[in-house]
Amino acid sequence: MPNLQKEMEAELIPIFIMGKRYMVPESLTIMKAIEYAGYQFIRGCGCRGGICGACSTVYRKAGDYKIYSGLACQTVVEPNMYLTQIPFFPALRREYDYETMEPVAESIYQLYPELFRCVACNACTKICPMDVQVLDYISALKRGDLEAATRISFDCIQCGLCASRCMGELPQYHMAQLARRLYGGKIAPKAEHLRQMVEDIASDKFTPVMNDLKAMSVDELRKLYTERELEPAMSGEDWRPSSNVGL
Amino acid sequence: MKISYYPGCTLKTKAKNLEDSALASLAALGIEVEELERWNCCGAVFSLADDDLIHQVAPVRDLIRARDAGADKLTTLCAQCYNVLARANRLMREDEEKRKTINLFMDEEVDYHGEVEVVHYLDLLRETVGWDGLRERVTVPLEGMKVAPFYGCSLLRPSEVAIGGEDGGAPRALQDFLTALGATPVKFSASEECCGAYEVLVNPVEGLKRAGVVLSSVQESGADAIVLSCPLCEYNLGRKQPEIQAAVAGVRDIPVFYFTQLLAVALGLDVTAGRFELNIPSALKLLRDRKYIEAPATQV
Amino acid sequence: MSITILLRALDRAMLERVAEISGQNVYKCMQCGTCTSVCPMSGDMEITPRQAMLLIQHGLVDMVLSSRTPWLCASCHSCQVRCPRGIEVTRVMEALRQIILRENRDMVNPREIPAEAISEMPQIALVAGFRKLTS
Repeated sequence: MPNLQKEMEAELIPIFIMGKRYMVPESLTIMKAIEYAGYQFIRGCGCRGGICGACSTVYRKAGDYKIYSGLACQTVVEPNMYLTQIPFFPALRREYDYETMEPVAESIYQLYPELFRCVACNACTKICPMDVQVLDYISALKRGDLEAATRISFDCIQCGLCASRCMGELPQYHMAQLARRLYGGKIAPKAEHLRQMVEDIASDKFTPVMNDLKAMSVDELRKLYTERELEPAMSGEDWRPSSNVGL
Repeated sequence: MKISYYPGCTLKTKAKNLEDSALASLAALGIEVEELERWNCCGAVFSLADDDLIHQVAPVRDLIRARDAGADKLTTLCAQCYNVLARANRLMREDEEKRKTINLFMDEEVDYHGEVEVVHYLDLLRETVGWDGLRERVTVPLEGMKVAPFYGCSLLRPSEVAIGGEDGGAPRALQDFLTALGATPVKFSASEECCGAYEVLVNPVEGLKRAGVVLSSVQESGADAIVLSCPLCEYNLGRKQPEIQAAVAGVRDIPVFYFTQLLAVALGLDVTAGRFELNIPSALKLLRDRKYIEAPATQV
Repeated sequence: MSITILLRALDRAMLERVAEISGQNVYKCMQCGTCTSVCPMSGDMEITPRQAMLLIQHGLVDMVLSSRTPWLCASCHSCQVRCPRGIEVTRVMEALRQIILRENRDMVNPREIPAEAISEMPQIALVAGFRKLTS
């Protein structure tokens, strides 16, 4: 077997973690680099997969005044990156009774009247590590458009960086979450096929087939599997299987 | 020439009657406008501090959206929005240093230099259709309706952004508009005074008093109704009438209309375009009683 | 209304701050009183716009700042368009408000507005109110 592994020595680059300089391999993510430098995460680390919002990091680059942000688990280090993590920024979530709430914008206005302190400075959008157009969903909320707020805020991972930069002291991501809950649970049309499936399962439509399968031997199962009917490639929309047992 | 339309936050929720009647009228008159696809709240008031630029960013961003949409003009209905957008536009056109600083700050947008013109709907009407032209399009003249034209503050002050062209004289736009519709504009002392604006938030007692002064002035003039162009004025002078009547003696129910609603009636548009069910009750009653619109058969 | 003015009471720094934020030459005011007469809220103000200008000219800004005057002002601009000396009085009022607001002092707490009021009033009132009355 040919040796496909080549030994490579990664270039070491300097980065600054909370002001302290470390040399780390250039190919690492910020998260791995922080661990390489000897830190052990007890906060600011979660799924390591870019979706939980725990590892939001703020950084600057040499010779550049701008403020950048990214998820530590997804962002690769750069030379002279000057970073800190902001695992938590305080933003109080209002208590509310979802069941009795009316799915109208006024419900959000009553809980979060500070929404109207937004001055459209756009600092929130600029800092968002998920490229969510935060100002656009706040604007949508101000004009009562719950659908737009839901759609625009969809990728939000609740990291809190927007709230940390907000001039008006809004808790943007809490407002967006409430909008999504109201829209998704009370306004958006229900998925009829989902409701039907749940009903089918509850009414034992699939129980006989499941029991048959459970009673089969391994050989019988293997035979069923290898001889199953496959949808032909390039079949038209009106193709149907010859048997719809179990569908 | 492309005209973009800026609705403003309130029109989409609390002033659908202003928006729907306006858009229906524009369509009937053959004036094409396109709502901005992306817009943010304009800020409602123009920042008056010389050293404050961050509060200019909101309206400038909307002007940029209009520019990016390829518009030559940006039209709006709400008097407050008009005032802020027009003044922000002047700032970007005339103050080089502030323009540079604001553009530098808004580095996520392409620089703006005042390319778009901000025009209030009334001026748009006057410039494209003209008052004589409008008169010719009227199919239901509002004969006998005595209307008090309420300008409030934002359509007229400061003078650099006053609607109705720059002739510097007393405002005429609403009067000419009403005359074209066949109505009779009525003079009253509070025509250009403040409705109370945001006093409702912190000084509600004084706010009600102010609105009471305006309504008393309208009543004294013998007008049948007030016409205006701002959801906040409509709230202070219309929706708050029961509270005003409790606080100020002698104020009766006075119908309040958005000017575009009277336009929709005069153009003979379907009554649904006017969304009169969203006005205070005395408004719809006036239109039905005087037969400017038909009462539905089932109405008692 | 009589006030005793002592030299050491005059706060030139505050006067200059008002002038800077407003961009106005407050010394131009000749006390004609037109602003007060057109001001829709002057009847409720313990210090009228004209009086406010006089106090500012004398460096007694803190007297105006501790009155309701800047907060009763509705920014209607009537004073400004009528002033025979072309003083943008509305900007002077805004400067007075900004001096207080920039100390991180708000005149309205959004969370204390009654829920029905929030639902009822047009967004304009909330946006405008927060811009004028909060920092």
